[in-house]
Amino acid sequence: MSPVLMWALRVALFCLTLGMALALFRLFRGPAAQDRVMAFDCMYICAMLGVMVLGISYRSHTYFEAALLMALFGFVSSTAMAKFLLRGEVIE
Amino acid sequence: MTTLPLWIDLVTAVLVVVGALFALIGAFGLMRLPTFYQRIHPPTLGTTVGVWSIALATVLQFSALEKTASVSAILIPIFVAMTMPITTIFLMRAALFRDRLAGRPVPPNLTVKGNVARAETIDTETVS
Repeated sequence: MSPVLMWALRVALFCLTLGMALALFRLFRGPAAQDRVMAFDCMYICAMLGVMVLGISYRSHTYFEAALLMALFGFVSSTAMAKFLLRGEVIE
Repeated sequence: MTTLPLWIDLVTAVLVVVGALFALIGAFGLMRLPTFYQRIHPPTLGTTVGVWSIALATVLQFSALEKTASVSAILIPIFVAMTMPITTIFLMRAALFRDRLAGRPVPPNLTVKGNVARAETIDTETVS
């Protein structure tokens, strides 16, 4: 792996971690519950991208299956929370 | 570790950094904008350009490493593109519902009959 790619992966991981920190700020600060769900959504997307970048840097396929699972469970949980905010219960 | 041609590493590096920067800009907008209806827009930067460019970077890198077309990473952006609108629509409807309950000034619910007539009169008044 060339040093250019190595440094690019480091910079990308730094950016994604910073993005997760900003989303975490909104998660704690957010005035309403829907702001917190939105922040959680942004946070799991950043974490999933971070796992994909780690997969490039370690050259392993396992990380992409982990990223797919993160996308799946993040979708299920944030949709369940949005549905709860809309109706007061998840499954009617 | 095998070494790849330099241009593959360069293209991968550019794609990865662009995707991470777009995700960062989306998170920054989420932190910075004043109302919820503005804040719901910026994270889509991360879910479109961010996910697509990092997935393309992985496809390029792994195809070059294994010397075959390794396109399984494309599943992730396709899945995200299918699921993210559902979450966003649910969240938007929840926010509108909660703001109407709290009596804040948001657009009226158009599935109620009187509200459609009111919205139409408002529309014709503004046009004429």
